Amino acid sequence: MAAQGDQDPRIARISSAIRVIPDFPKKGIMFQDITTLLLDTKAFRDTIDLFVERYRDKDISVVAGVEARGFIFGPPIALALGAKFVPLRKPKKLPGEVISEEYSLEYGTDKIEMHVGAVQPGERALVIDDLIATGGTLCAAIKLLERVGVHVVECACVIELPELKVCIPIISNTNMLSEL
Amino acid sequence: MFAAENGLKGDPRLQAISDSIRVVPDFPKKGIMFQDITTLLLDHKAFKHTVDIFVDRYRDMGISVVAGVEARGFMFGPPIALAIGAKFIPLRKPGKLPGQVISESYELEYGTDCLEMHVGAVQPGERALVIDDLVATGGTLSAAIRLLERVGAEVVECACVIGLREVKGQRRLNGKPLYILVEPREIDNCC
Repeated sequence: MAAQGDQDPRIARISSAIRVIPDFPKKGIMFQDITTLLLDTKAFRDTIDLFVERYRDKDISVVAGVEARGFIFGPPIALALGAKFVPLRKPKKLPGEVISEEYSLEYGTDKIEMHVGAVQPGERALVIDDLIATGGTLCAAIKLLERVGVHVVECACVIELPELKVCIPIISNTNMLSEL
Repeated sequence: MFAAENGLKGDPRLQAISDSIRVVPDFPKKGIMFQDITTLLLDHKAFKHTVDIFVDRYRDMGISVVAGVEARGFMFGPPIALAIGAKFIPLRKPGKLPGQVISESYELEYGTDCLEMHVGAVQPGERALVIDDLVATGGTLSAAIRLLERVGAEVVECACVIGLREVKGQRRLNGKPLYILVEPREIDNCC
């Protein structure tokens, strides 16, 4: 589901604050650059507010952010909700004992990791990233959290690329997605 | 300068912040006592105290830019930027930023590394804060300062959650002040 249909007046400014960079990281890709959103203090503030308004009464105790752009949006949301922030990282970045989840790329695979003990069974979590394309990374994030008994309430992204909506494997009832 | 010696002597928040940091021995290699801030991020009160202390310090300094060093600077910088009404600028490893960049290299123990910033992110005359989770030799922070100064920004201060007491002459921050909340923790005797 998209928030855009609700015509919140803040969304137009957020959308226009995002810069498109053609042919990055390779030819044919129109890269959605959120760094320009971070330069627009009102648009950045509105982005966070929209997510906080949505989640404040959902008893969220964990906000998990995907490296690295999820680290920019996740912490302000976590702080406003009174929740923990849990970084989900590329391999070998986290110093303590981790659990890993592999996922498919266009060519090959990649992995994300989470610290053991960061979350407790029964906690309610939000997963955040700047953009969703195929959903592969978000699915891996959901799996990581569910493996340790956490209930993923929703995945939240600033941007969705609808033309790349390849089937997201339904691994639980958490295929709800919120994008601006 | 340390927060406890600059206006926050005895502030219980500093102890809470220090206590929430986990020490992981021999990471990334033997002999290093790694200061793990992920446990601070799990402690909502400690995380909030960390941000509040920085916000209280910087809110009236006319700062319009908060530059955070990848990746842990990304977790502390944005909440501060949002609270003081400043832009957030990610300073990234090479090849990550999609637009036109300027680069600054800096020395590691063995070899060099590079930090990049988007062209046009910062205007001449803007007042900037640089933030990272930890400062050791200051090499990364120095590169960050040089990047910002090359485009005409004025770096007001560098801010870190954790930092060692400076060994004489070890830090090269181009004369810029450094503000640190806590010293590194030792490993607990019980572990």
